[in-house]
Amino acid sequence: MLLIKHYIYPIIFSLLIVSYVIFSATIYIFGSGNYQIKADEKVLAGQEIWQQKNCQACHQIYGLGGYMGPDLTNVVSDKNKSEQYLKMIIQTGTIRMPKFNFSEEQADQIMAFLKHVDGSGSTSVSPEKIDIFGNYTLAENKHE
Amino acid sequence: MLRFALILLITALSVGVIAAFVFFDLGTFKQYLPFYKLRPLHVSASVFWIFTAAQGGLYIYANDYFKPEKESKTLINISSTIWIITTILILASFVLGNFGGREYWEFPPVFAIPILISWMLFAIHFFKMLFKKGGKFPVYVWMWSTGIIFFLLTYTEANLWMIPWFRENIIRDITVQWKANGAIVGSWNQLVYGTAFYLMVKISGDESVAFKWQSFFFYFLGLTNLIFNWGHHVYNLPAANWVRTISYVISMTEWIILINIMQSFKAKLSEAKKFANIIPYRFLLASEIWIFLNLFLAILMSIPAINIYTHGTHITVAHAMGATIGINTMILFASIFYIFSKYNNTFIQKNRIGINIGLWASNISLLVFWIALIVAGIIKGYYMVSQSMSFEISMQHVRPLLWVFAIAGVFLAAFLIFLSVILLKTKKQ
Repeated sequence: MLLIKHYIYPIIFSLLIVSYVIFSATIYIFGSGNYQIKADEKVLAGQEIWQQKNCQACHQIYGLGGYMGPDLTNVVSDKNKSEQYLKMIIQTGTIRMPKFNFSEEQADQIMAFLKHVDGSGSTSVSPEKIDIFGNYTLAENKHE
Repeated sequence: MLRFALILLITALSVGVIAAFVFFDLGTFKQYLPFYKLRPLHVSASVFWIFTAAQGGLYIYANDYFKPEKESKTLINISSTIWIITTILILASFVLGNFGGREYWEFPPVFAIPILISWMLFAIHFFKMLFKKGGKFPVYVWMWSTGIIFFLLTYTEANLWMIPWFRENIIRDITVQWKANGAIVGSWNQLVYGTAFYLMVKISGDESVAFKWQSFFFYFLGLTNLIFNWGHHVYNLPAANWVRTISYVISMTEWIILINIMQSFKAKLSEAKKFANIIPYRFLLASEIWIFLNLFLAILMSIPAINIYTHGTHITVAHAMGATIGINTMILFASIFYIFSKYNNTFIQKNRIGINIGLWASNISLLVFWIALIVAGIIKGYYMVSQSMSFEISMQHVRPLLWVFAIAGVFLAAFLIFLSVILLKTKKQ
């Protein structure tokens, strides 16, 4: 008992470290729920361009990123914006967005990435989903 | 190291002010001062200011506390040289338009290697002294140790996206990225709060508070939140629903901290009267007010029902700015003023009026800046969630508040730079 009292803080610390490891592994393996769609080469190439041109400085995916431009999570399924229109913006820029001189192939790869993100879910949550505990439940897969 | 940290702060503030005004007239500036370069410059200079100043302080405090028989500077010199060179190269890579990383760490991923090497050397130096001394440690040593260990773990985690298995599932990818980013903030908070605790012990001369079980209770509560409370970043992500629920439940334990702050308000007042003439204490006191304000905001943002309105709005920016400037920067200023006053016992006296003006003016500017962002966030959240308005139209409603934010930002930056210059001009006696 005296030993536990003496080492109580190291014991709590060790338990928290173990919890961290277990929790992290659980998040890695099960955290994405039943979403199991794999990104293909083209999507990953588009994601790489997204990072290399630092698109996240101005745009958001699931509300995460900069606020200069709009959230692009579901831009592909926006009925007011056709695929041709989006590709044109990617290639020419806008008054606010610089022109990055993307090739046709690169523009296609970015589109593939945006389509993949769009297929994963919806960025906006309807206030109607909120339960009495102030929480809400989402379909873990848009295709459900 | 501390002087380099101050230069980083001046860089972060200057670029931040430019970026705020570029935001209003992108058409003119987009080719010369593109926002996609300014933002990472501002963010990275800020993040590295915090880590560099915290590390720089810790080199001195750890030596003071552990009192090693033989002071070895080799590891520290190698570690800080790698750190400084890497930071400069990272900022240069942004200027040249070389990116490749993720949010907050947008630089080419190869720079992760020297960052980790430098940090490991710092960790070896610290823990070598810690294990040599042995015995029971005060809570601030636990906080420093936690910050050092968890930065290694979480920064490594932030780079897991380089492994294809993490990257190929977009939901896993985003979840892990923001799990790591949330916990990294927790790790630097442990370093900075540990420093605040150490300074308070030094100022009050009362070491016993650092061994009290209540202090350890709040330390462990903070560590629990570091590990489990990052989910508010990804509440709207269609990950497993328990990810959100765990984070929500854990985040509600922060009410205990908030209530404790309110309960100790009276004691704080008498403490403030006692130490009011000590400059580092004044910065610590300012940080405590910001802890209260930001904690309240953070708790509200952690409630999913509220988060759907605040997520992706300027309220998130208010939270980030309030924490990094109001809490971290105030504590780090307290730390640097404390350290410099040990090497030059007249500079505070000579600059007392200027320091007080800088402290008050920067905090008042920050308050205006913070409130403008919160109101902008409320308006944007209302229009986008309740009225389903487009991004462009919502932003038009927010624009006047962003002007208030930008102008307050100029004053804030000017006064923080003014304080930094006072410190940079101080010479060792």
